[in-house]
Amino acid sequence: MSGLGISHLDVWFGSGHDRVDAVKDVSFRVDSGASFGLVGESGSGKSTILRALTGLVPNWSGEMIVAGEKLARKRTAQFYKKVQMVFQDPYASLHPRHTVDQVLSETLYLHGFDAIDQRIVKLLDDVGLGPSFRFRYPHQLSGGQRQRVAIARALAPEPEILLLDEPTSALDVSVQAEILNLLVDLRMARKLTYVMVSHDLAVVGHMCERIAVMQLGEIVEIMSVADMRAMKTSHPYTKHLLESSLGYKRVENIA
Amino acid sequence: MSNAELGSGEKQNLRDWLRTETPTSRRHARIASLYQGWLTLKANKLAMIGLFILVFLVLVAIFAPLLAPADPFEQDLANRLQPLWGEGHLLGTDSLGRDILSRLIYGARITLYIVTLVAMIAPIVGLFVGTVAGYAGGWVDTILMRVTDIFLAFPRLVLALAFVAALGAGIENAVIAISLTAWPPYARIARAETLTIRGSDYISAVKLQGAGPLRIIVKHIWPLCMSSIIVRVTLDMAGIILAAAGLGFLGMGAQPPSPEWGAMISEGRKFLLDYWWVATVPGLAIFTVSLGFNLLGDGLRDVLDPKDAGDA
Repeated sequence: MSGLGISHLDVWFGSGHDRVDAVKDVSFRVDSGASFGLVGESGSGKSTILRALTGLVPNWSGEMIVAGEKLARKRTAQFYKKVQMVFQDPYASLHPRHTVDQVLSETLYLHGFDAIDQRIVKLLDDVGLGPSFRFRYPHQLSGGQRQRVAIARALAPEPEILLLDEPTSALDVSVQAEILNLLVDLRMARKLTYVMVSHDLAVVGHMCERIAVMQLGEIVEIMSVADMRAMKTSHPYTKHLLESSLGYKRVENIA
Repeated sequence: MSNAELGSGEKQNLRDWLRTETPTSRRHARIASLYQGWLTLKANKLAMIGLFILVFLVLVAIFAPLLAPADPFEQDLANRLQPLWGEGHLLGTDSLGRDILSRLIYGARITLYIVTLVAMIAPIVGLFVGTVAGYAGGWVDTILMRVTDIFLAFPRLVLALAFVAALGAGIENAVIAISLTAWPPYARIARAETLTIRGSDYISAVKLQGAGPLRIIVKHIWPLCMSSIIVRVTLDMAGIILAAAGLGFLGMGAQPPSPEWGAMISEGRKFLLDYWWVATVPGLAIFTVSLGFNLLGDGLRDVLDPKDAGDA
């Protein structure tokens, strides 16, 4: 069974008096090929769930099942072939001293691919960057181009599941749409499963079928995007969040 | 392809090729990035002066036998302590009648030897200890950094003296002793850099590709530490030359009749009031070379700082 399931996940930082519970008893399932959104305000633990999935936070308990396999403390190479992540800030997620070529060839090498040269050209083409970008350094790229490189890196191992940690929040609006459309196209072409973190309900509405609303480390509600659009919520926080996302509209109505 | 472009021989073409925003191969990208760095360095007048001094030092050391007017070891007691601009002795002679200019020229070799050897040992040991400590964290960090603290707690010259006493006097052992006492600051710098780098997204990203700690340290953290280490090396060189001179002065470094600059000063010190140039001339040489390293180090900091590269 593929897809991804999380049950009773707790994540915490520090210990004793300094302990901060970032994620509390979170459970959800994402079917293979689906697109799932995690929304909530800053600090609600959305990104921490992704970091826990990828093994980037040490302290967690609960059960995480990815593609039928229960995750152990240490992630295996097979895991990283199935699950990849795109980070929030493309200015921070590319090594400042490595060219695009170095980034991609190292990734491909680490996953044991051959014909690396051809694969790099293909990957760059897939994310809408021409071969002229191949030997550039990150500082020679714009934010949107950098994020395309980061997406190419995540796609390099040919994963089934792509974790997207606010992939457009650091980009300006016109570029956001380009990147989101690229992600939609890639999902169709490669039959990917998405788990997307965002605080932007419009982005999640565009990308996902189901969403989980998080508050203070807990999931308060899981709903379909259709319900979200129709404002059919059962939890007051969700209602509050949806209403605040329509904030501009209400002012317009008053005027 | 790139060779064909180079072969066209036109200066403008070459410049365009070097300044391109769209490199066509791995080599091209590296050369273009080096060229950008060179342009930045070239714009810094003081750094170019420093570079000029050091290139001059290297050339003097290489061509010492051709440049030196006399044998640096040949004594001539009848002509001892000759003044500056003297006949046949441009910079005078020392207490044994040896030509100071020749000794200075041959001493450049020793200075360069010290500098290279120390630069090959101390920063590499420090970089390794610091990055491993910073990346591993936990008890590895604690042990490595406490060892570093112990080394730091000793005054450098005293520790070097102890090492030389154990290893035996001589310029090689003095250099090894200086290197062994010089690495802790590098370890501290490298650890501090590593701590800021290890939590960054690009390190997380390469972890997600299954990279092991050794690969992350060597291929991802070292390149970013290199700039501050290189700058620190050039700024440290002055101190290292002086430490070697200090050991020579105390009889633990270069042994007579070696024309090491520090040893020359300590010999000339006895006549400082009456024959000031005997000690002053090698002192000026040390000063000039130290200044060269400092100026170059300052310029290199501007070129190598990765924070600048980010918004170039």
